Amino acid sequence: MKIYADNAATTRMSRTAIDAMIPYMEKVYGNPSSLYSIGQEAKEALDQAREQVAAVINADPKEILFTSGGSEADNQALRSAAAIGARKGKKHIISSAFEHHAILHTLNRLEKEGFEVTLLPVHEDGLVVPAELEAAIREDTCLVTIMTANNEIGTIQPIKEIGAICRSHGVLFHTDAVQAVGHLPIDVKEMQIDMLSASAHKFHGPKGVGFLYARKGIALTNLIEGGAQERGKRAGTENVPGIMSMAAALKEAADHMGENTEHQRALRDRLIQGLSEIPHSALNGDARKRLPGNVNFCFEGIEGESLLLLLDDKGISASSGSACTSGSLDPSHVLLAIGRVHDVAHGSLRLSLGEDITEEEVDYIIQSVKEVVEYLRSFSPVWRNLMAGKIPFIL
Amino acid sequence: MALYSEKVMDHFRNPRNVGVIEDANAIGEVGNAKCGDIMKMYLKIEDDIVEDVKFETFGCGSAIASSSMATELIKGKPLSEAMNLTNKAVTEALDGLPAYKLHCSVLAEEAIQSALEDYYSRYPEKRPADFVSRPAHDPHEIPEEE
Ligand SMILES: Cc1ncc(COP(=O)(O)O)c(C=O)c1O
Repeated sequence: MKIYADNAATTRMSRTAIDAMIPYMEKVYGNPSSLYSIGQEAKEALDQAREQVAAVINADPKEILFTSGGSEADNQALRSAAAIGARKGKKHIISSAFEHHAILHTLNRLEKEGFEVTLLPVHEDGLVVPAELEAAIREDTCLVTIMTANNEIGTIQPIKEIGAICRSHGVLFHTDAVQAVGHLPIDVKEMQIDMLSASAHKFHGPKGVGFLYARKGIALTNLIEGGAQERGKRAGTENVPGIMSMAAALKEAADHMGENTEHQRALRDRLIQGLSEIPHSALNGDARKRLPGNVNFCFEGIEGESLLLLLDDKGISASSGSACTSGSLDPSHVLLAIGRVHDVAHGSLRLSLGEDITEEEVDYIIQSVKEVVEYLRSFSPVWRNLMAGKIPFIL
Repeated sequence: MALYSEKVMDHFRNPRNVGVIEDANAIGEVGNAKCGDIMKMYLKIEDDIVEDVKFETFGCGSAIASSSMATELIKGKPLSEAMNLTNKAVTEALDGLPAYKLHCSVLAEEAIQSALEDYYSRYPEKRPADFVSRPAHDPHEIPEEE
């Protein structure tokens, strides 16, 4: 059996998304800035895509800026808010400890440039507490950036409450919604979101294309200077095939969101239930407030990379927050942020299910993970010490 | 996966000499769970020969493969060979490791060194005058390249 269970890393392009890009490579290949008809046709198509994308999050098409993906949108949102803040002498930014590196590394840069950053704790359940956020807001706070859903443990943040708090304090609110767009309902007006980042390859669109929503009136700072594309805020000939494909993928995801969510949630919970039977294991992140396809566990006494390699041998593609899979010495900052100690964070497994996951596949995953964990524990000196009572169990 | 050589994958999938030797007379353990790697080696030494060797490892694919290969390289060999086994020899026998995984082969060398240290502390009269075990490394100070 072949099961792709790493949809949080990227997704397979849907037929709809593939079909949507082909005409813009073969027939309507004109430059949208050109005045002859195949250029203008491409421009009209872009306008249409912008409308489609905007509609899904209840934004105005003018508020959508196409980018090369989630990372670029995150960078531009933070840079823009920082520039706006700096002009008013406000140089304090609030974020959370478990943001994606596209956010955290940009914040590091801004710190070096004189900004002060407060990272809110995300607690054991992987959730930001709105009251703690409100308490962290200062006179000089120019931006709050909190992700809609975490990419590793899938926890969904109280975005609407955070939006309301930020709006009432007059602080800009950005959310990295890369894991959420196409999977969770998002209404930027109702949630009072000022800026939002999204990426097509997380909802069955192509890689290397995404968008930044920025509420009307927010002055954006260019990351890329050049031509006047994207209202002068992002130079470079538009990735027309990619954008058309993203719009089609997003529309499809939005049209089927209800049924997809229901189906995935049921199987996610079956998977969580099954893996919970493994002794000395623990689910990472809140069990209910999580993405419909996300399952993330720690297994004591084993290391994640060897678990992934053996699951790969069984046809299962998954990921881990172990140091060995990140090429660094420390395990995932997300797992550390929810209080998992290094010893168990190395033994983590993320399974992010697709919309087409079946019950049979989930049962196969449960069986395979059980076998592999048991096998790796059978020659783990850590497991031996735990079983002999020489060291205490953590999970 | 192309991350590892065929040899590494073979030793990872079918590790040799896995387990415990109940009457081992040389036991070494290196690494720590915080860093994500622990290797434990059990040796049965008789007449200056490594009669038997087994290992237990908590760690990534290359840690398991390195342990397995290291046991193969010293099993049935004179103690002097175990003493002189380097991480380089383990890495070469595995047809190479990615640069950031070289420390796994270092752990294998050190696990054997640690077992020999244990052996000579049990039988001080057997310790060769010139044997000084190589101390375990600090995982934060491993060179990325050979
Ligand atoms: C939460 C989050 N933010 C940002 C990104 C980066 O998106 P992209 O790969 O499109 O640059 C990702 C995906 O890797 C993500 O999961």
